[in-house]
Amino acid sequence: MELAVGDVVAEKQYHLTRDSLVRYAGASGDFNPIHYRDDVARSVGLEGVIAHGMLTMGIAVQPVVDWLGTAGAVVDYQVRFTRPVLVDPETGADLTVVAKVGVVDDEGARIDLTVTFNDATVLGKAQVRVTLAGA
Amino acid sequence: MNPELQGRVFAPTPPYLVGREKVREFARAVFATSPLHFDPAAACAAGYPDVVAPPTFAVVVQEQTLAQLLAEPDAGIDFARVVHGDQRFSYSRPIVAGDELTATLTVAAVKSLGGHNMVTAESSIVDATGAHVVTATSTLVVRGDE
Repeated sequence: MELAVGDVVAEKQYHLTRDSLVRYAGASGDFNPIHYRDDVARSVGLEGVIAHGMLTMGIAVQPVVDWLGTAGAVVDYQVRFTRPVLVDPETGADLTVVAKVGVVDDEGARIDLTVTFNDATVLGKAQVRVTLAGA
Repeated sequence: MNPELQGRVFAPTPPYLVGREKVREFARAVFATSPLHFDPAAACAAGYPDVVAPPTFAVVVQEQTLAQLLAEPDAGIDFARVVHGDQRFSYSRPIVAGDELTATLTVAAVKSLGGHNMVTAESSIVDATGAHVVTATSTLVVRGDE
């Protein structure tokens, strides 16, 4: 795989609903009620129910996983949670993920993710270190 | 928050057996589509013994260690004030169904910044042979009184 810094390797949109949050709560075991009860979310100063940060993190790496397929592996993945993703009970929330090559070196590559919701980024320093077969 | 937490090492968690259906359930929940997460034959063809967990699956095992930290009597961490600041996973190899994983938490850092406290929790996750699989690191921000 020939990669150059700045190449966009994947770009994808995801539509989250309240159902997505309930499904993630069950799968992950994170039952914090700010992810399914507006009253509790408001009581801690949020506008309403927000997505689990770990759900946003889990989704954001998927375009990279799909792009890699069996040609490589994710060996390190980090993010900073900078802004909540508010999930409207009726219209949900749309996330856009753009995955761009940040570094290419002997070990593989660093893919930098830009994750946006309502035209603002929600993750900072979202970086995926990948190894590439045959690299 | 108690500054003496820094450097504290907690008891290893009981072994967590990674089930194939749990991997599939988690993969669906994070909108994963790769056959490596769902189809054992596809995973085997790629050289894995069973279905491969998505990169953030380790949080399921790490979670047990964060519960230990929050429950520590002298930690002084008010859960209602905790915000997840950042998260990192560093893998030696992917998690696969059939793995029996044990996590050990070390409090790597305790800091104060602008009226907030920050604790960095590093959970080292090993398999049944004791070999390192992944280290999951969380920074939790505990908001100060406002």
